[in-house]
Amino acid sequence: MATAGGTPAAAGDNLKRLTDLYRMMVRIRTFEETALEAYKAGEIPGPLHVSFGQEAIPAGVCASLRHDDRLTSNHRGHGHALAKGADAATMYLELYGREGGYCRGKGGSMHIADFSVGMLGANGVVGGGLPIAVGAAQGLKLLKSDAIAVCMFGDGATNRGPFLEALNWAAIYALPVLFVCEDNGVAAHTETRTVTAGEGPAARANAIGVPAVTIDGNDALVVEETVARLVADIRAGRGPRMMHAKTYRWTGHTATDAAAWRDPKEVEAAKQRCPIARLKAVLIERGLAPSALDEISAAARTEMQSGRTAAHTAPWPGIPSAFEDVQDVGAVHG
Amino acid sequence: MAEVTLVEAGRLAVLQEMRRDPTVWVLGEDVGRGGLWGQYRGLIDEFGPERIVSTPISESTIMGAGLGAALVGTRPIIEMRIFDFVMCAMDELVNQIAKVRYMFGGQAKPAVVVRTPHGMWRNSAAQHSQMLEAWFAHLPGVVVVAPSNAEDEAGLLVSAIRSDDPVLFFDPKDHWLVPGKIADGEIAAIPFGKARHARQGDALTIVTWSAIVPNVLAAADQLASEGIKVDVLDLRTIWPWDQDAVAASLSRTKRLLVVHEAVEVGGFGAEVIATMIDRLGPSGLKVAKRLGAPRIPVPFAPPLENEVRISPARIVAAAKAAMA
Repeated sequence: MATAGGTPAAAGDNLKRLTDLYRMMVRIRTFEETALEAYKAGEIPGPLHVSFGQEAIPAGVCASLRHDDRLTSNHRGHGHALAKGADAATMYLELYGREGGYCRGKGGSMHIADFSVGMLGANGVVGGGLPIAVGAAQGLKLLKSDAIAVCMFGDGATNRGPFLEALNWAAIYALPVLFVCEDNGVAAHTETRTVTAGEGPAARANAIGVPAVTIDGNDALVVEETVARLVADIRAGRGPRMMHAKTYRWTGHTATDAAAWRDPKEVEAAKQRCPIARLKAVLIERGLAPSALDEISAAARTEMQSGRTAAHTAPWPGIPSAFEDVQDVGAVHG
Repeated sequence: MAEVTLVEAGRLAVLQEMRRDPTVWVLGEDVGRGGLWGQYRGLIDEFGPERIVSTPISESTIMGAGLGAALVGTRPIIEMRIFDFVMCAMDELVNQIAKVRYMFGGQAKPAVVVRTPHGMWRNSAAQHSQMLEAWFAHLPGVVVVAPSNAEDEAGLLVSAIRSDDPVLFFDPKDHWLVPGKIADGEIAAIPFGKARHARQGDALTIVTWSAIVPNVLAAADQLASEGIKVDVLDLRTIWPWDQDAVAASLSRTKRLLVVHEAVEVGGFGAEVIATMIDRLGPSGLKVAKRLGAPRIPVPFAPPLENEVRISPARIVAAAKAAMA
């Protein structure tokens, strides 16, 4: 969905753009469904953090990004990688820890990166991507590039020191950074509101001097329009911006977490605000044929199932590769 | 040869590399004012505030922003002011910088220098005096450099800036003003993993590095005046370290003493000894000893701090014990 030149106009009534947005959200949802199935079947080792219900944010954010814009992600980053342009099949290979995966099987779900599309990596540490993103923006500025950096982080990260540091840093150097707070309301297993003082992420950002807006992160059109406007500001040299997008995580923290403490009614209510269903209704209202929507779903299922199957049958990485990519000088050998 | 202080040798190395490569830049507290120690004095006049970036006291982001800037193709020198403050940025150093290349399957090139003055310095007490280089030798993914003199400071800093690996560069801050000699003209890069053969002798091999080296040399000279000639190897880099040079020396002396300023327990001296026992076998070594600080924080009062410092007299005594 990234475009080569300049910032695209907001989605408006452009049916193709809305359809592209919808397709990305469906791909993300289907990627996660397929990954979760594979995890439950014992095919994927290690922790897996899925993002059901949050699809509008990465899809809407990346719709306004260029190929050479950089993005840092977090532990719940499959959608971020897909939306930035990463290939689903290569991501599955990495989730399975197989040869040919994005990280040669050394990173897994929590460390997916695709530098070829500007995706500078998921991160296993909450808030870990914040300092990296502002540094990427500073480096881009030093290199006289007009690309920008985007940092995806959750509400839990706003209670970490690097959140304060990175926002202040971006503001004082007027760096081209878009901070995106995906506020799903839960920091791991604790409701963020119960451990957070003050008025929330946008108030904190505004207090630091990073203009911030709070939006409904389950409305893909609002996400896309907001980001288009903020990215235009950032690219015009007006400094960093933050979007605080409110959403809801349908599942637990990890694939093994049932989040049984949560009121099922709350989850059901959140599903009524499903971002994909909402955009689907808009598309139908604007005249997209239901068959076209079905084709999008079918294509996503085919894409993800074939990625899963290929990954499941792919070879493990060669053992010597465990000793590669450590360092040039002072590397050890097996 | 030009006579310069250690701090000036480092400054000239940064100056040379910033002139050579426009992607090299410095970020850290007060660097626009020359840095806490004058290591960047005047550089802002030539390179401007975009390449000599004075930062807030935000250690996590100084470290992490340096990494982010490296990931888009620049070569930052991350100035950490005093080593003890690296503790405020351990996630960014240990979990991010040291691991991104590996975790991302070789896609990332974290070409940063983390420059950090360490060790005791004029009664600065427990939070401004530490030497924890052993922690970082233990950390896969980084190169660990610990020069002891002006010439090595300059040549190793040139190598560090040109390295594609992340380099943890420990300046011996107690010796900033010690004069030394560097070559006129271009400062040549000194390769990592090559020890400096600082004294020659067959009685004992002393392996050492960083700020304690002058005391070791004073001890070696004292021993020489008594007719005992010891081999002294200044490792200069502790990962990688020059195992071949140490083994070659031990093939002659069969006696090893490792001296470091850091706490003896769990220090890098233990690694040197264990490696040599593995390499030379039980019969290859008659004696293997280490001398480091007691396992106490560095105290403030001068007489108490002296208990932590490894004096030449203590090194002489340890050397004689190793030869008994």
